[in-house]
Amino acid sequence: MTRILPAALAVLMLCVSAVLAQDAPSSPIQALLQEHRALLEKSSRKTIQPAIDALRDSGLPEAQDVLEKWQAKELWQRKDDKLFFFAEKIDSKTYALADIATGEAVGEIPKKGLNQLKPNSGVRSMIGAALVQFQLMADDPAKRIEALDAIQRDPAPEHLTALQGAIGNDPDAAIRARKERLVRLLTISYGSDEADRIAAIESFKGDLGVDARAALNPLLATSRKAAASLPDGINLARRLSPGSEELSEAEAYDLLVSSDLAPARISAADKRAALQENIVEGRVGRVPLAQLDSEAARETAYRALAEAGIVPASIGEAEIAGAIDAHVFFDQYAEASPALTSAAATTLATINSSVGVNQVLDLTLDALSLASIYFLAAIGLAITFGVMGVINMAHGEFIMMGAYTGYVVQQVIPDYTVSILVALPLAFAVTFAAGVAMERLVIRWLYNRPLETLLATFGISIALQQLAKNIFGTQARPLTSPAWLDGALVLNDVVSISYIRIAIFVLALIFLGVFLFIMRRTRLGLEVRAVTQNPRMAASMGINPDRINMLTFGLGSGIAGIAGVAIGLYAKVTSELGSDYIVQSFMTVVVGGVGNIWGTLLGATMIGFLQKGIEWLNPSNTLAAQTYMIIFIIIFIQFRPRGIIALKGRAAGD
Amino acid sequence: MNRSFFARNPSVLVFIAVLALFTLAVTVTSEAVGSGALSTSFIKTLGKTLCLCLVAIAMDLIWGFAGILSLGHMAFFGLGGYMIGMWLMYARTEMIVTASMANAEIPPTDQEIVDAIGTQIFGVVGSSDFPPIWAFADSLTLQLAMVVLVPGLLALVFGWLAFRSRVTGVYLSILTQAMTLALALYLFQNDSGLRGNNGLSGLQNLPGADAIPQADISLWFFWASALALALGYLLAAWITSGKFGSVIRGIRDDEARVRFLGYSVEGYKLFVFTLTAVIAAIAGALYYPQAGIINPAEIAPIASIYLAVWVAIGGRGRLYGAVIGAAFVSLLSTWFTSGQAPSIPLGFYTIDWVDWWQVLLGISFVLVTLFAPKGIGGLVDIFTGRIPPKRHGADLGPDSGSLQEQEAEQ
Repeated sequence: MTRILPAALAVLMLCVSAVLAQDAPSSPIQALLQEHRALLEKSSRKTIQPAIDALRDSGLPEAQDVLEKWQAKELWQRKDDKLFFFAEKIDSKTYALADIATGEAVGEIPKKGLNQLKPNSGVRSMIGAALVQFQLMADDPAKRIEALDAIQRDPAPEHLTALQGAIGNDPDAAIRARKERLVRLLTISYGSDEADRIAAIESFKGDLGVDARAALNPLLATSRKAAASLPDGINLARRLSPGSEELSEAEAYDLLVSSDLAPARISAADKRAALQENIVEGRVGRVPLAQLDSEAARETAYRALAEAGIVPASIGEAEIAGAIDAHVFFDQYAEASPALTSAAATTLATINSSVGVNQVLDLTLDALSLASIYFLAAIGLAITFGVMGVINMAHGEFIMMGAYTGYVVQQVIPDYTVSILVALPLAFAVTFAAGVAMERLVIRWLYNRPLETLLATFGISIALQQLAKNIFGTQARPLTSPAWLDGALVLNDVVSISYIRIAIFVLALIFLGVFLFIMRRTRLGLEVRAVTQNPRMAASMGINPDRINMLTFGLGSGIAGIAGVAIGLYAKVTSELGSDYIVQSFMTVVVGGVGNIWGTLLGATMIGFLQKGIEWLNPSNTLAAQTYMIIFIIIFIQFRPRGIIALKGRAAGD
Repeated sequence: MNRSFFARNPSVLVFIAVLALFTLAVTVTSEAVGSGALSTSFIKTLGKTLCLCLVAIAMDLIWGFAGILSLGHMAFFGLGGYMIGMWLMYARTEMIVTASMANAEIPPTDQEIVDAIGTQIFGVVGSSDFPPIWAFADSLTLQLAMVVLVPGLLALVFGWLAFRSRVTGVYLSILTQAMTLALALYLFQNDSGLRGNNGLSGLQNLPGADAIPQADISLWFFWASALALALGYLLAAWITSGKFGSVIRGIRDDEARVRFLGYSVEGYKLFVFTLTAVIAAIAGALYYPQAGIINPAEIAPIASIYLAVWVAIGGRGRLYGAVIGAAFVSLLSTWFTSGQAPSIPLGFYTIDWVDWWQVLLGISFVLVTLFAPKGIGGLVDIFTGRIPPKRHGADLGPDSGSLQEQEAEQ
């Protein structure tokens, strides 16, 4: 009984629907489909367009749904009455039908009674293009943005009309602006009216977007051509004179050869091969083989062969020059309309100049961030070397110790934000202790022997570096920055700067402030200045120079440790991390002027800008940039041996 | 004052005699002509060590006598190696290329040979054209001249720039280190024309000497190195013993005073700087054919620091000290880093010297600087009875005058 009932119901439903189907098409959309039934059934990419257009332009609210189902191969046709339905599979033989206009269930039907519309991939993409317009007008802003992204990724001529129809009354101003911009971009590429296109091109004057350049550049694509005389009616980009920088004589002749205007040159290797093939009794073209060890002798032999008609004639310099003189060389725009190309060229020129301005801005930001890294690396040195006059070659290793401290803390505390906050003071503590220990054990015995301080601290540096290698291995260890430091601040398509660099910049500024505060506003700073100027006078005023020296050295080393954490975030942590920065750090202090923090700041800024500037001139080669920078510094020291800001008078010490 | 040079400098005779005995001993135990007790590779190591002793003498001249702590002399050493390496590589590749091209029926043109050599040499850096600096590589004479001229000119220009602006002391040290770094970074580029970080290789194969066993060649180079060391030592001893030596020692102890006495301090410094650069370059030109390969890592600043370490441990301010230091530390370093030194098991940890040698070296270097500023060479004073009188305070170091700390304050 329970089995019979559904079956009976199904039969009943079938009858009902069959009855309904005999009526005229029940809805406007069904009528529309019926109108184009032949095309739909044929489903060929060549003929289907009118049917799709009709659906798209019908203005029926169901049209989008029908197109989507069609694209997804869920639109079926009932064989009895040729009506279209949405069908959903129930089991392998039975399908549930739904009305295309209302979506209401119509009944179940065996698969045999249905035909599936199977649009091929070509037709599906055409349906997709038609659907774009619906997506562009979708209620959900996310969908509209998605559609815009899709168009931008893969623009096509048919999108233009779809977009133009979809701008109208977008409630979201940002999306509307984007649509308008995209219309202008598509107009440049696909617009049918030349005046419109030129207007669109000119609307992009000074625009920084990569998309604008991407749309304009193809218009200015040229092809290099050679001809006997300048042809009429072409859109000429420029004439080229052979032998100039743009077109060397060799290139000009190659162009002639590839345009079939001149016979191919015979290369030295080809000539040699030809000679090789035509050896007759130890001679080629009557020249003995042994004499063929110069180009002139080979040429003679080859010409002899050519005269005998065995090989193609050799092309000499005179022939090449003659052929070049007899032809004109020019670049021709692929775009036929001169008005378009000239508008594109002027627009692109304004774009390039504003891009240039922004690139300079971007470079400035880069240079500033590099400068702040150098400043961070050098500020500890500005204390130990600049204020105390102690050359600490192990300074780089203190930076490394700070970075490794950060790494170890991250192994213990998994939360990156907390671990950085813990690592900064801990790195200070670790390197402060190391610095104090070093000052007590080694440096204080060598205050009068700067060269030996340099060597002894280098011994420590060698030992510390190897120790780090033994403990942490030679591979780079990661020091991961917290998620809120990921990403970059993007000002426009040209100018952007990563948050981590901003953080380092801010950190450098904080350190500058801390340094100035300690040196100028605290008791410690006063005593440090007193001890460095005249230790014995300071001692007689009740200051303990030993203690001050120890604390100052510890402070400088501790700051190096914090700098190590910051640098570790930006670069990989290895045992060589410190030695990569040590020479630059000393350079920064020396160039800036020993004993003056503003000098160090200026030195870091100068070196940062200089390095970025040289890298910009020769972007492929950062090694060369460093080389030239060091050479520049060596020369700079010639003119200001005491650095940018030289101490004068009593503070200078001598 | 008319006594002969050797009578005034007995250490020179002793040194030459010791060196001659050592060379003789090595020769009779070599594989090539003697019993074969010493392996060819060890003779190469000894030959290389003699070259390092020579560059240590140069370092002692500039640092121990003239008081300029140059951290760039290994750059000149490396440049010398590069200059001789260019000829070795060019000439040997030329022979190989000519031999392989001789089989072709049509004899090659000169240009074809040069192109084929270029492809062979610069294939690794994706190029085949000879850069201009290789212009003289086909001539041994010119390239030997370059061994002296290129580092000499570099030292002359750099020294002139540095000394005329009165850069002294640690500033000069840092500047020379920067120069070394700049040179190393430059050579690391592939388009520097010297094969980037691949460097020059195959230098142990002398062109045209394929039939001669390496045992013989290594002995020849050992003799050449010993001869160069002897000559270098004589030259250095002669320079430092006369009036010139007094002036440069004067510059070391009090530069301003020497200048006030009317000497051209900059000229003296420049001469010593350039001369030592040339000596270093010659040592390098002898060293790298024995090492077989040279690359920019050899010029890295750390190499020059090690040079200073050798001289300091050996005892600066005396020529034999530099030689002892270089030989002692570099041989010890070879012994430790080659894994021959026995590991020390501590129960919870085993000290493997390959890993810990550098730590030991660093620490012992600090200890020598602190407690034995005269280095190993200072031991000689105990035997010769040249014990200095007991004086007040710590040593001020060779660049701050000859007074001791407390005397200076009085």
